Amino acid sequence: MDLTPHLPALQVIVPMLFSPLVLLLKPRGLAWAGATAVALLSFAIALNMAIAVADGAHFKYDMGGWEAPYGIELSVGAFSALLLLIVTGAAAAALLASRPSVDRQIELERQPLFYSAWLLALAGLVGIVVSADAFNIFVFMEISSLASYVLIAGGPDRRALPAVFKYLIMGTIGATFYLIGVGLVYMMTGTLNLADMAARIGGVTDINPLLVAAGFITIGLALKAAVFPLHVWVPNAYAHAPHMVTVFLAACATKVAIYVLIRFDFWVFQANLEQHALQFSLFLMPLALLGILVASAVAVFEGHIKRLLAMSSVAQIGYIVLGASFVTESGLTAASSHMFNHALAKGGLFLAIAGLGYHYRDLSLAQLAGAARNMPWTAAAMVICGFSLIGIPGTAGFISKWLLINAALDEGRLAWVLVAIILVSSLMALAYVWRIIETLYFKTPVDEEAVHGEAPLQLLLVTWLVAIANIFFGLFPQFPLALSSAAAQLLLRQTL
Amino acid sequence: MNLLELLGYFNYWVFAIVLTVGLYTVIAKVNLVKKLIGLSIFQSAVFLMYITMDKVEGGTAPIIQKGVENQVFSNPLPQVLILTAIVVGVSTLSLGLAIVVRIYEAYGTIEENEILDAD
Repeated sequence: MDLTPHLPALQVIVPMLFSPLVLLLKPRGLAWAGATAVALLSFAIALNMAIAVADGAHFKYDMGGWEAPYGIELSVGAFSALLLLIVTGAAAAALLASRPSVDRQIELERQPLFYSAWLLALAGLVGIVVSADAFNIFVFMEISSLASYVLIAGGPDRRALPAVFKYLIMGTIGATFYLIGVGLVYMMTGTLNLADMAARIGGVTDINPLLVAAGFITIGLALKAAVFPLHVWVPNAYAHAPHMVTVFLAACATKVAIYVLIRFDFWVFQANLEQHALQFSLFLMPLALLGILVASAVAVFEGHIKRLLAMSSVAQIGYIVLGASFVTESGLTAASSHMFNHALAKGGLFLAIAGLGYHYRDLSLAQLAGAARNMPWTAAAMVICGFSLIGIPGTAGFISKWLLINAALDEGRLAWVLVAIILVSSLMALAYVWRIIETLYFKTPVDEEAVHGEAPLQLLLVTWLVAIANIFFGLFPQFPLALSSAAAQLLLRQTL
Repeated sequence: MNLLELLGYFNYWVFAIVLTVGLYTVIAKVNLVKKLIGLSIFQSAVFLMYITMDKVEGGTAPIIQKGVENQVFSNPLPQVLILTAIVVGVSTLSLGLAIVVRIYEAYGTIEENEILDAD
């Protein structure tokens, strides 16, 4: 039996079906093994599709045999394939490494619940990416959000609870805004299928509801994606979540929301609403630039290492939105390849932090002084991923920053301002990454007596795997780049 | 726009007002349970919008009857959609309340300002 045409459906069904099964795996460690196996299987499915898509395939799947636009359609093109790689890759890497860290932070009897929620979050995130139906995206968005609230609140840190409450309120407002927008578009076009929507919007006579809808959808998704200044839930939610959950969510949760934002704005509205491109960039470009500058500046002065990196995530989301707001092929290529590269860099950094968190209870920079003496391997992996975050040549981060600067140079009069802002923020990134390196390597430990060992081997191996991937994709970026530029062409409808 | 036209949009006015009331409650209240109540009101407004837009004037329930032809039906799809959204809303609310319970266990209060002072 050839399963290839069913891959888009399997991508969602596999984690969703195994989520309740993992719940039953009570014996020690079995829940972890089950969840990891499922995540690896999902990654294999995503990789299979990505390779096929890179060869020019485009997956379309009608759920239950009901043809689009009446049935629910799943579709995987270049952009979705890239996102699927990020999401399933992050889940697989984080789960592979998670066992020692999760054993410390979550009681044994609650672990099956924890891993079950993890698989649900994974199913929701991949569901958003493969779905080609506006309402289905909303449902999957809520599945992934509800599961990730549970994950964040699952740790031993009580400060996670108010953080998660804030995230729940803002996340629900964002999703509801999206729902209002979808309702308005449905009211004017009578369809929920994205492609069908795009085809019918041109024929709508009364344009005002659509403009309102575009506004609601953009704001709602920007809330979910933590676009500055709607990012206030990010720092605490990331900082107080269990370490491995931070790895998973920081690498992919906000990026999936940006994916929907870009897909909706380009695929549905761009070609069909007059001056939408202008409104889109006039609205998002200033926010992106402010986000890059302000969030980087806050990160420079932040004292807690997880909050520092969470703020840096807000700045990096600014880069992605900036690339998209150019509304050019080069800008979109930069944006989508930065999604991939930032997931690699930030995932690696948070994996290394999970290693530090294995021995250090308090992750403020003051407490971490001199940690590299005890944990040289973890610290070294952190340096590599940090370089990738700054965009040092030879690492993955450099590729997308280079693309972004090239795209900015095409922007006419604004070009030099944009390039200056990107360079200044890269210097700020250098400053905050250097603060981490200085703390780890050159400060004397607070407590000379306390001798810690290296992070657990399992965690360390995966951290290094991701660190090496950062270098590998810096030297051989062809595969993600091919997907990114195909995605950009798809979004601008140069190929269909 | 005269009065009659304004009244013609009555349902949409209700939607807008309920939406605003809900959003205001979420932002202005410090009590976490009241915030969740506001969130529920906010979501209910959207349900009203969906239910409003599926109504076809003179339309009946979309059930095909034997011998009756040329019937005008209301659109069933938004009702189905909003049924799903109501389920989502209920799950969000219950998860939110569960978190409030955990917050009360951990902090001994559900007033936001007191929680912020505690850490």
